[in-house]
Amino acid sequence: MSNKTVTEIELDLESKRLSVRKPEERFDVQGEMSDDERIEKAMLNFAKDFGRVSATYMESCIHCGACAHACPFYEASGDPRHTPIWKIEPFKQAYKREAGPLAFVYKTLNLKPKVTVDELKNWQELLYDTCTMCGRCTLICPMSIDIATLVGMARHAMFHAGLVPHELYTVTEKAFKEGSPLGATPQVFEDRIEWMGDEHEVEMHVDEDQADVLVLMSSIEIQKYPESMAATAKILNHMGKSWTFRTDGYEATNFGMLSGNTAWQKDMSMKIINAAEKIGAKLVILPECGHAYQALRWQGANMYGKPLPFQVQHISEFLADAIDAGAIKLKTLNKSVAFHDPCQVSRRGGATPAPRKVLEALGVEQRETESGGNMNLCCGGGGGVITIHRADTLRYKIMGNKFRQLDATGAEMMVTSCSNCRQNFDDSGEKLNWGKEMNSLLELVADNLVEEAK
Amino acid sequence: MTLLDFARGPAMQIAIIIFVLGIFWRLVGVWALRQKKDLSEPRQKGAWIGGIKGLFVHAWPYKPFVPKVGTQYIVGYIIHLGLFIVLIFGTPHMLFFADIVGFTWWTLPGGVITAVSVITLVALFVALAKRLVNPVQRLISNFDDYAAWFLTTAPFVTGLMTKMNLWPHYETGLAIHILSVWLLLIYFPFGKLMHSFWFVVSRYTTGSRFARRGGMS
Repeated sequence: MSNKTVTEIELDLESKRLSVRKPEERFDVQGEMSDDERIEKAMLNFAKDFGRVSATYMESCIHCGACAHACPFYEASGDPRHTPIWKIEPFKQAYKREAGPLAFVYKTLNLKPKVTVDELKNWQELLYDTCTMCGRCTLICPMSIDIATLVGMARHAMFHAGLVPHELYTVTEKAFKEGSPLGATPQVFEDRIEWMGDEHEVEMHVDEDQADVLVLMSSIEIQKYPESMAATAKILNHMGKSWTFRTDGYEATNFGMLSGNTAWQKDMSMKIINAAEKIGAKLVILPECGHAYQALRWQGANMYGKPLPFQVQHISEFLADAIDAGAIKLKTLNKSVAFHDPCQVSRRGGATPAPRKVLEALGVEQRETESGGNMNLCCGGGGGVITIHRADTLRYKIMGNKFRQLDATGAEMMVTSCSNCRQNFDDSGEKLNWGKEMNSLLELVADNLVEEAK
Repeated sequence: MTLLDFARGPAMQIAIIIFVLGIFWRLVGVWALRQKKDLSEPRQKGAWIGGIKGLFVHAWPYKPFVPKVGTQYIVGYIIHLGLFIVLIFGTPHMLFFADIVGFTWWTLPGGVITAVSVITLVALFVALAKRLVNPVQRLISNFDDYAAWFLTTAPFVTGLMTKMNLWPHYETGLAIHILSVWLLLIYFPFGKLMHSFWFVVSRYTTGSRFARRGGMS
């Protein structure tokens, strides 16, 4: 298979972690702009979504530094620059100088100096390489500041100032141009659906004109874990659902959101929303992908500008509901299981109980990690971090901490419901000789479906 | 007009005016900002309950974080409680307020107030030492952090000196103590001391936002 797909951007689809090939020469600055222009664009786009909530957070920090101790990056590196609130320092400075209620004081007396491009360039690593926007810092913060949201806003600024890390910019551009960050073009998607349908002898529904359920997939699944497609189809067919994949709206990942381009974020969400509307879907099922849940479930309507005309569920929520309703029955698995919560689905998404309900139905002995559920330690690969090669060393170190937590449970099997976490476990597991495998909750359900029961 | 007259008269009036108007300006300056409505379908109703819950759950660190920041929270509580006790239950302070509000209340013996002041002062110096020594706090600290520390500490030092009669001239010393409090009030709206208000707003904001979604609180 060609790695070039339709654009000239080459991917690395052979390694355990999918991204663009490690660049020989990095281009971490995009576009031709003067320094003043970059700063102007940065500040304009940072301020664009600024409101009462963000201002409150900007005002509330007491510089206690507690957030460092909840951050997987700081915990792994010990570098004070990785303190979560420090990651938005230039924007905090800009807010106080330009927008806060006391801006006139700060500006007149020049108490907060103007942010410079060099400063922003130095902050690129802090905003992209060392933050997955996992939100664990909010839990430890005595002021309860949602730093992850502020980092997201700072990324808006960085994108428009042309200051996105090479690989993340590249996959985002690829996603915008091709509809997928990892080469899963509509044609590739269709081919792989057909392949999985044949391989698993499961009936696939593609581009149906009308369906109650629109099923999305992430590029990681399409390219790396295609069994997810077969598993989803098998369960939906078993339940007798009217469902379909659509080649005009299938990509669940949203690199517009991760990189900080709101227009592209909207464009990516709108493809899904339009496809769902076209077929009259009542439900859109998101695959095992953390940030996809954040993008459509919690930000989709805000991109659309009105409430979504359909329900959005993460696959784990859909499975939990199906179990509750008695629509699927599962064989008992006599194993102990430790579940790794994807931050954007659990802590920041609220679907924490769903996978536990599913595991309960599988009859496994659930073993929580020392800091599990909403307190979960992030795997360090989300937020686009996994695509960035220069972030690898620290990412592996974070995973070392994660492995220790999971291993301490003594569970026989590890399960998660995010394919990005899963590829991080695969990649880091190989690097650190973990010797265990991270499994998919969805595939576990499909493999243990009691087929005769309806 | 002696320095004490000045402290008890115009200085107090100026300080209180700046304190009140400054707080009002800062709060309204943020609350007046537009906020786009969240159009996502809430998982559950009653977000405000989550907001109220948020006020309390962040008053003490979650279990996994206690070994890391528990001591820091305790030092923080000592400083805040110390400030409150000395300010409200110190007899001279009560009498000062009684003049304004027109009624008196129960106070603690002077010895207790002195002890509480000393403990608070020790906690303040521990907090400062940590800010200077801890690499994270040292990096993220700015002028405001040290100014707020100095202005909070000064009334305790000057108060203890007054109580222990350590000033060469008692009345001038007392005036300096009172003026140090007014300085604190004047600075209050302009820096981090405003967290006395923001902690409620910020905790409620996160608590209610995530109550809509489920997940963290």
